[in-house]
Amino acid sequence: MVSVGRRILQALGRRVTDRLWRLGFGSRFLLATLLHSGTALQRFQLTIREIYFTGVLSLIIILVSGLFVGMVLGLQGYDTLQRYGSSEALGVLVALSLVRELGPVVSALLFASRAGSAITAEIGLMKATEQLSAMEMMAVNPIARVVAPRFWAGVISMPLLAALFSAMGIFGGYLVGVQLIGVDEGSFWSQMQASVDFREDIINGVIKSFVFGVIVSWIAVFEGYDSDPTAEGVSGATTRTVVNSSLAILFADFILTAFMFRG
Amino acid sequence: MEAASPNPPDPLIRLTDVNFSYDRRPILTGINMSIPRGKVVAIMGLSGCGKTTTLRLIGGQLKPSSGEVMVDGKVVHALDSDGLYELRRRMGMLFQFGALFTDMSVFDNIAFQMREHTDLPEELIHDMVMMKLHAVGLRGTANLMPSELSGGMARRVALARAVALDPMLIMYDEPFAGLDPISLSIVGELIRKLNDALGTSSIVVTHDVQESLKIVDYVYFVSAGKIVAEGTAEEIKHSTEPYVHQFVWGEPDGPVNFHYPTTRPYGEEMSSGPSKKQVWW
Repeated sequence: MVSVGRRILQALGRRVTDRLWRLGFGSRFLLATLLHSGTALQRFQLTIREIYFTGVLSLIIILVSGLFVGMVLGLQGYDTLQRYGSSEALGVLVALSLVRELGPVVSALLFASRAGSAITAEIGLMKATEQLSAMEMMAVNPIARVVAPRFWAGVISMPLLAALFSAMGIFGGYLVGVQLIGVDEGSFWSQMQASVDFREDIINGVIKSFVFGVIVSWIAVFEGYDSDPTAEGVSGATTRTVVNSSLAILFADFILTAFMFRG
Repeated sequence: MEAASPNPPDPLIRLTDVNFSYDRRPILTGINMSIPRGKVVAIMGLSGCGKTTTLRLIGGQLKPSSGEVMVDGKVVHALDSDGLYELRRRMGMLFQFGALFTDMSVFDNIAFQMREHTDLPEELIHDMVMMKLHAVGLRGTANLMPSELSGGMARRVALARAVALDPMLIMYDEPFAGLDPISLSIVGELIRKLNDALGTSSIVVTHDVQESLKIVDYVYFVSAGKIVAEGTAEEIKHSTEPYVHQFVWGEPDGPVNFHYPTTRPYGEEMSSGPSKKQVWW
């Protein structure tokens, strides 16, 4: 019995130590990425190319999801608000829900699944097919040439995608609330304008999506670079990117919300 | 074993008493090797004997546990990252399966180093890339993507990329692996021709005896991390050393054992059924 307990404790200890070691390694990797960002920022066309692959190609899923989330908010919000006779506040509810929470969080979750997994798989396969080694042997640092442009592309794309998600969501709420249900158009827009604060709501939402962009991009490039150079290794790394990014986004959202919107 | 030494006074590469271990497992033991300038030298041996590790030590991707790896008068593992990158600019490497950048066209693959390391105008880069592609007979593939090339063509494009900046040393990691007979002899001939035309030195890591003996000047045989024989192509062909003889003539019997070592006798293995590790469900 004692030996079983000891074995469980040992296994637990080993897992914790492994996670901490990996976190440390990941942090050093992030530092190296930041230090070698000169190429990505000076030769900005490298980053723009990656913005196309990570940001532009994610537009469809972001816009469609934003539209539907906004439409659902319109339906649910109206159902609740009309019980208290304040259905004109639908615009405020839709806008605040999207700008403060759903826009940054849902678009970051979608971004992790669509673009984060693609970045990990691409870097992992480059490693497995010795492309990164080949680059090193050509005296070109793969962190500067491959990792940093993808990292910055994610960081830049994320706030823009979140903004588009929120905009489409508000449009979806408008379609359902005003066009379909018949909420007064004037109240919908004017209450929204009056109640959404630029600094308190919009800037904080942008800060959130920026932080989520750093988290997703960091995890995606690290998992790809650190993956085992086998089919199984790349597959595992891709899964870890989506799972770890999603958990990290939700955890970071709680922390950020606690600091930003304390009333 | 004591063959004619290939060493002129100033070899391009010299490995002195090099040992290398990975996770306390010795991979290379007491390697002494010297690669003269302008020659094609082969490192031969079975898969997993430490050939590629030797290349990685020369390229500075690994550091030896002890001993010294010297390239063009510089101790590779003592260089800082700037010094190492400076040295690597004068090296070319052909990887086993080409390692072409799959998101770039053939043209961009070969132009990659020129664009990264020089400020040459695009017109000049275009001409230089076409010259390299012409040298490997693939000028017509410039606009293709690597996925559109056959294995042999990809290897030749990778060869053109390896010599893009006219390096002083070209390292070939299993250049003949998986090639059809025609591609195989084309690649073999190209290795020799490029070496002589560019005045460079070449190291060919391979286990393809017949093809490589046609083109190399000197051979090192590695087994279990040690150099067990060395000599010119002719000396190797006529060697009576049992390991070399078995390897060159592909004989099933000899010092190289067919069976991987195991602790359980065959009879016991057959009568005892599967072990716990083998039954996972």
